[in-house]
Amino acid sequence: MKQPSVLKKILIRLKPYAPWLVLTMAAAILSVAGQIMAPYFVGKAIDGILGQDNVDFGRLYRLFAVIGVCIGATVIGQFVLSLANNRIAYHVLASLRRDAFRKIGSLPLRYIDNRAYGDVSSVILSDAEQFSDGLLLGFTQLFTGFATIFGVLIVMFVMRWEVALVVLIVTPLSLVAARFIASRTYKMFRAQAEARAEQTAFADEMIAGLKVVKAYTHEDENEETFGVLNENLRKKSLSAIFLSSTTNPVTRFVNSVVYALVALVGALLAIATAGTAAPFTAGDLTTFLSYSNQYTKPFNEISEVIAEFQNALACAARLFALIEEPEEPSDEGLPALGDVKGEVRAEHVDFSYTAIRPLIRDMNIDVPAGKRIAIVGPTGCGKTTLINLLMRFYDVDGGAIFVDGQDIRTITRRSLRENYGMVLQETWLKTATVRENLCMGNPSCSEQDMINAAIAAHAHGFIMRLPKGYDTVLGEEGTLSEGQKQLLCIARVMLCRPPMLILDEATSNIDTRTELLVQDAFRKLMEGRTSFIVAHRLSTIKNADLILVMREGNIVEQGTHEQLLARGGFYRELYEAQFEG
Amino acid sequence: MKYLWKCLKSYKKEAILSPLFKLFEACMELIVPLVVAHIVDVGIATGDKMYIVHGMLVLVAFGAAGLAFALTAQYFAAKAAVGTSASMRSMLFAKLQSLSYEDIDLVGTSQMITLMTSDINQVQAGVNHTLRLLLRSPIIVFGAAAMAFTVDVYAGFVFLGLIPVLAAVIVGVMAATAPLYKRVQEKLDGVNLSVRENLQGVRVIRAFCHEGEELALFDGRNEDLCAAQKRAGRISAITNPVTFCLVNLAVILLVFVGGVRVSIGALAQGDVIALYFYITIILTELVKLANFIYIVAKAVSSVRRIGEVLDLPAEPDSFLPAEEAHGDGAVEFENVTFTYRGGGAPALSDIAFSAGKGETVGILGGTGSGKSTLVSLIPRFYRAEKGCVKVGGVNVDAIPKETLRSIVAVVPQKTLIFQGTIRSNLLWGNGAAAEEDLLWAVGVAQADDVVAAKGGLDGEIVQEGKNLSGGQRQRLAIARALVRRPEILILDDSFSALDYATDARLRAALRSVGCTTFIVSQRTASVRHADKIVVLDEGRIAGIGTHEELLKTCGLYREIDASQGGGEA
Repeated sequence: MKQPSVLKKILIRLKPYAPWLVLTMAAAILSVAGQIMAPYFVGKAIDGILGQDNVDFGRLYRLFAVIGVCIGATVIGQFVLSLANNRIAYHVLASLRRDAFRKIGSLPLRYIDNRAYGDVSSVILSDAEQFSDGLLLGFTQLFTGFATIFGVLIVMFVMRWEVALVVLIVTPLSLVAARFIASRTYKMFRAQAEARAEQTAFADEMIAGLKVVKAYTHEDENEETFGVLNENLRKKSLSAIFLSSTTNPVTRFVNSVVYALVALVGALLAIATAGTAAPFTAGDLTTFLSYSNQYTKPFNEISEVIAEFQNALACAARLFALIEEPEEPSDEGLPALGDVKGEVRAEHVDFSYTAIRPLIRDMNIDVPAGKRIAIVGPTGCGKTTLINLLMRFYDVDGGAIFVDGQDIRTITRRSLRENYGMVLQETWLKTATVRENLCMGNPSCSEQDMINAAIAAHAHGFIMRLPKGYDTVLGEEGTLSEGQKQLLCIARVMLCRPPMLILDEATSNIDTRTELLVQDAFRKLMEGRTSFIVAHRLSTIKNADLILVMREGNIVEQGTHEQLLARGGFYRELYEAQFEG
Repeated sequence: MKYLWKCLKSYKKEAILSPLFKLFEACMELIVPLVVAHIVDVGIATGDKMYIVHGMLVLVAFGAAGLAFALTAQYFAAKAAVGTSASMRSMLFAKLQSLSYEDIDLVGTSQMITLMTSDINQVQAGVNHTLRLLLRSPIIVFGAAAMAFTVDVYAGFVFLGLIPVLAAVIVGVMAATAPLYKRVQEKLDGVNLSVRENLQGVRVIRAFCHEGEELALFDGRNEDLCAAQKRAGRISAITNPVTFCLVNLAVILLVFVGGVRVSIGALAQGDVIALYFYITIILTELVKLANFIYIVAKAVSSVRRIGEVLDLPAEPDSFLPAEEAHGDGAVEFENVTFTYRGGGAPALSDIAFSAGKGETVGILGGTGSGKSTLVSLIPRFYRAEKGCVKVGGVNVDAIPKETLRSIVAVVPQKTLIFQGTIRSNLLWGNGAAAEEDLLWAVGVAQADDVVAAKGGLDGEIVQEGKNLSGGQRQRLAIARALVRRPEILILDDSFSALDYATDARLRAALRSVGCTTFIVSQRTASVRHADKIVVLDEGRIAGIGTHEELLKTCGLYREIDASQGGGEA
């Protein structure tokens, strides 16, 4: 993304803070005015100190009072400025974070599935943070910087235009130098970021798999690879950091040249105007010298801000890219799926994750309401994909899926998903109490309902053994085994009692004795509900009303257990294999 | 901190030269006001234009010298900082890899990653700024005060009074904001948790139409964070105005003192100007210093965190004097008891059994019965607390780590396939394996179709093997283990994502390989053909025998088998 367009988006974000921005500017002007006028009056005071027995103390006291006012103005201005800036920066940060977070809930799953979690979360967390740091620093310094430059220029020209001209002409040199450095630094910082990303990705993966690394005594190879990546990063970092750190000394040098020229021109002018009606005094020279510092400082800061801004902009670009990532097509205005009977039909469905490798081709399924459908087949045959399509986590490429005769793309996703209850092999519970987890699908359920569901899922026993029972915060106070987590997921679904169920290897982590007991509860739950069951254990699906046998994305056989066995096809092969080997 | 010194050591030269050059630069800066004073008191007062031109040239020369010194200092600082952090990163990575499983559990993945990334970066910034400002700031501040004393003793006392007051303000603000920033960090953790959880649970959240609730929860945490950040920012916003105020009050005092001293003839006008400039130099420097202390404080706490991990002992090569194993792949458990660190009850108690060369041993039991723990004692991932485990007739404590783990190949429950190609993953098993060895392993692991689907052994694997299904990952992990040609193969629930047909074919193929094989499973079907089945119940052996024997003698086994529809076939 180009930088101007990112800048524009940032400005749009800042729009609601217009009043605060105005306040910021007012405070900046007040603070700068005080800072500019203080040296002016100090110069005037010094002119009152001419020599032995030639000190105008009355004048000094008057000027001290005026300087006091300047100090007060600056103190108030700076304080208000910081507060207003904090407010803007942190609020913009919070709103960006919020918008980015909201995307997690509305992006197509394809986007999330195709990315490492770390990539997405680093955009939401660290990029947003760095962007706001840049913004915070940038704003304070840019405003005061420009205000100081203009203010000092005006006062200098009013005081003595000849000296002011020297400052005006020479100072931009520092800006040019800073620009030159910054444009090179930007590239190097990018190279550094790339090298760092490469190294972090490697370290992340190996640290996550540390136990495997050790099991395969792969430490030395890893260290070698890491060493190469590390050395690359070191070199890139060195160039980036050194180059960016030259900005300060270089601009400081330009300043010292300005300072010297002001001293020269000022001093010569002082000699030339000595004894005239408008002499250029030593006090004036003092004021000018201190101005030449004050005037060039914002130039340095602006160049620092530019470096910071480069980084902030890069972060902002990633952040906006996420925020603007196309969402799932909106389903606003579509009707909700009403009272569902649970009749599900798929007609001529085509689907693939990647364009080059078609997975499901021309799939047709017809499931009457209330029936139990089992999906079996070897690994990678498309069982989970089918579930992705039923839940509309992914949209079909061709054909259509109907629930109660309605194309699921013509109703809201929410109403569709509310009518499904889902238990997956991969258990996911939030860091919250057991109670909050269980009631996720049905927050209004009664305590008794919840306990009954937990009992039915054989989870009540171990829940009561947790430190605080149903109020134990999972992940903090209580760690559960995979099997126990799965039982909680089952109880969670039992509480919502939706008209349709999806059980994808729902009992794979539970030992078989417990499973037998849970099956019983499932049986009760499935009564009168359209259920899709994916399972490896064929014995658990024998009672299904319809078994779909999938292979390489296609349904190769369908029928009841008996019909399929009698047919002697792929299903029979699968079934027999289970008890041979 | 000792690790920091260790890493810094190879950059000793840079670490000394950088502050030294900064010191030179600071001296250049401190001379400037004196030159100006002379221009005023001599040049202007006597109308000597040449004196003024000379003065100006001296100023430019000092500026140029300052530039040269500063650039040199920056270069050395950057080199030392980047180099130090790079070697610290290497050191940390090597240490993490050398930790024992127990310490890996203790530190945890997410902390390791934070240490490797953000903490190391803090250290780098800290070293860089310390080298650049360490000598400069105090030299400038105290140097300016000292110069003030050389100009006038009374004025010098104004400086002497100002410095401690300013220091007190800066330290006070820092002390006040430290707990507030800690609070910001805590709130940030909450926001992090939301983001992580929502990414991982995206399917479940959508299935339960819980996006709205999650957003509301996030909003709450986000607003808390925002409020905490504003609160901390409000306190630090005091620093600048207060220092400005103090310094300018000191200016008033100084001009007054200067006025009095000039009035009695002890000072000239130019001296007052020089004093005024010294005080402004102090102000500029202090603002920098406040910023710098914050960075250094963060770096110090990062160094401390990294140090805690570096302090952990590396896993020793062997715990007993090294002995040669017999190389027959026999495994013996002699009354082994094991407790996880921090675990109350032992995970395994009095485990005793043996497996002969080439035998297949099934380990069966419910969730949490200690199956995985039992097999992880064989490659000495964890050490037996009582009793001992022997491989090839030798206590595993006496077999060097590298040897032991080349004898024993483990396919862990949580299969991990790494970024690269299928080939690069398989070569983990044995870097020197030939093409046909790889293809053989793939064949045995029933992974031919995986390789075909990815377009051959050089098919690309993305990070965490995300472009593979669970079953595909499991089969590749098995192939990776087979490439080692191990004497002992441990399959820790490695068939869980496989369908029964593949499972059965795989087990048949494995039998032909002829290594001692441990199959950990919950399914009796996976172990029923084993030479020996060990049934575990809450860390104790509930029965040992063949399928038929156990059906007769072991009640628990019978129950498990029955629950899986046993006896039907």
